Amino acid sequence: MSQPLGNAHSSSPPNKKKILFKKSKTKNDYDNGMGYLFISPFIIGTILLTLFPILYSFYLSFTEFNLVGSPSWIGLSNYAHAFTMDPKFWDAMEVTFLYAGTGVPIRLVFALLIALALNKVIEAAGIYRTLLYLPSIVGGSIGVAIMWRQLFGNDGAINSLLTMLGLPTHSWLGDPATAIWTLVVLYGWQFGSSMLIFLAGLRNIPKTFYEASSVDGANAIQQFFKITIPMLTPVILFNTIMQTIHGFMAFTPSFIITQGGPINSTLLYILYMYRNAFEFFNMGYATALAWIMLVLIAIFTALIFKSSEYWVHYEDS
Amino acid sequence: MQPKQQKLAKKVFQHVFLSLFTLIMLYPLLWMVGSSFKESSEVFVNAHQLFPDEWRFSNYAEGWKGFAGITFTTFYKNTFIIVTIATVGSILSSTIIAYGFARINFRFKKLWFAIMMMTMMLPFEMIMIPQYIMFNAFGWVDTYLPLIVPTFFGIPFFIFLILQFMRTIPKELDQAARIDGCNTITIFTRIIVPLVVPAMMTSAIFSFYWRWDDFMAPLLYLQTPTKYPVSLALKLFSDPEAVTNWGAMFAMTTLSLLPIMIIFFIFQRYIVDGISTSGLKG
Repeated sequence: MSQPLGNAHSSSPPNKKKILFKKSKTKNDYDNGMGYLFISPFIIGTILLTLFPILYSFYLSFTEFNLVGSPSWIGLSNYAHAFTMDPKFWDAMEVTFLYAGTGVPIRLVFALLIALALNKVIEAAGIYRTLLYLPSIVGGSIGVAIMWRQLFGNDGAINSLLTMLGLPTHSWLGDPATAIWTLVVLYGWQFGSSMLIFLAGLRNIPKTFYEASSVDGANAIQQFFKITIPMLTPVILFNTIMQTIHGFMAFTPSFIITQGGPINSTLLYILYMYRNAFEFFNMGYATALAWIMLVLIAIFTALIFKSSEYWVHYEDS
Repeated sequence: MQPKQQKLAKKVFQHVFLSLFTLIMLYPLLWMVGSSFKESSEVFVNAHQLFPDEWRFSNYAEGWKGFAGITFTTFYKNTFIIVTIATVGSILSSTIIAYGFARINFRFKKLWFAIMMMTMMLPFEMIMIPQYIMFNAFGWVDTYLPLIVPTFFGIPFFIFLILQFMRTIPKELDQAARIDGCNTITIFTRIIVPLVVPAMMTSAIFSFYWRWDDFMAPLLYLQTPTKYPVSLALKLFSDPEAVTNWGAMFAMTTLSLLPIMIIFFIFQRYIVDGISTSGLKG
């Protein structure tokens, strides 16, 4: 169905409007003027603040640019440099995959287990929910990152607790083998918002499913694996995608707590990108790093979506 | 054991487990608050202790003095300016845009909607460098403009949240209003806006706490310490090489989280609903 550009709205004579109305009801209540007027802030914002920057950064990723002067074209050199000549790039990749690859599952498993526990408890569930959500609410802030640095510091509460229990203390932030795990724990600690989403998902499972299966003789474990988990898979899928992207973008914890050290063991990718852009002023190289990450996120999201055909259960299918 | 007793035992076990777990999860926050009342030397002796031997409220007064002669009054004032303007901008623009998507049919609406959903997935970190170069060219560095202006073009998450809410309002209301002489704009201002206030509130609360926590944008754009918001000031104030008064550092750290916690405890209904129904970010 083709639609003429000058759409039939107020300017058309009334009789013609009536005929059109009968022919296609939906096209006639088009109001392009008003529609575009209302969404115009979004269109302007998207073009100026998202579309233009992203295209510009694609161009910059093929140049050398230090913010003064003008960008000079160097072809694929930035990408080649990252993949073949920059060991720090691979360090950052490894650290980020380790961080997201362990932090995201820890966060989601915690969120799911606690949501299941809270779903069973009737009394005071609201209080637990509120208190357990608290770390999520404050977790992304600078204040908590500073607190975490002190918590795991040499003279911090964790070492003090270990001493009290008669266990040896450890330089958590100073040892390259343990520093990243303090950041992973901080990530896992903020399981609250995923927990809320899981709780909402659990509440949406019809009670009749459980009643019917009980009549058929299913026990609690069977119900869990045959009803609860399959019914939650769409929510798990959604959480996995959002949290994975979020995990790849982590910056503040390593910037504040460990500054990427010791020996680059906590050099998260975005921190490395930030340093290239705003400390070394290699804008070209930094935008190339951004594009590599963007492509990676796109691939990961696509893979998770693709895999969902095999494990996500939709009720209407 | 009788079934009734068994049930009771199970309940007790559940509550013991949950409250113990909750306590462990909250320990870092409680410890931070406790340390903010400790004397500097006590911070490192028996560091794990939640309660100070002697409560020192003066840590707060000392911390408030800030650094380089700039007190936290300045930093809190700056934060409130940024948060307020950015929140008003986000909510105004997002409500207007949501109405366009929810109630008006126009060409390529589906395409624009798809673009909006895609921008919602696009992390800020991926476009911050070109944006910085652009705002730098505008001469906006070391002003609040890069933190405020973008919010006036709608925040996809809020657009989506308000849009979902608008869809629950019956279309018959619009039709009735139109018969009574309302046009597209007055239906928006007189009928729709008053009805979507709860969704606007949810968005405003999220906006408040994202802006309050925002660290990256101030870090990139603000250079003069008198313009710093609390988040950035706290980073300098807590620099391990510069800190001598640890109690005061904990005091200012605790204080920086207080507004978010207060907002959370007052409005948690809105936040929980926002996350549970649309299930994004947070």
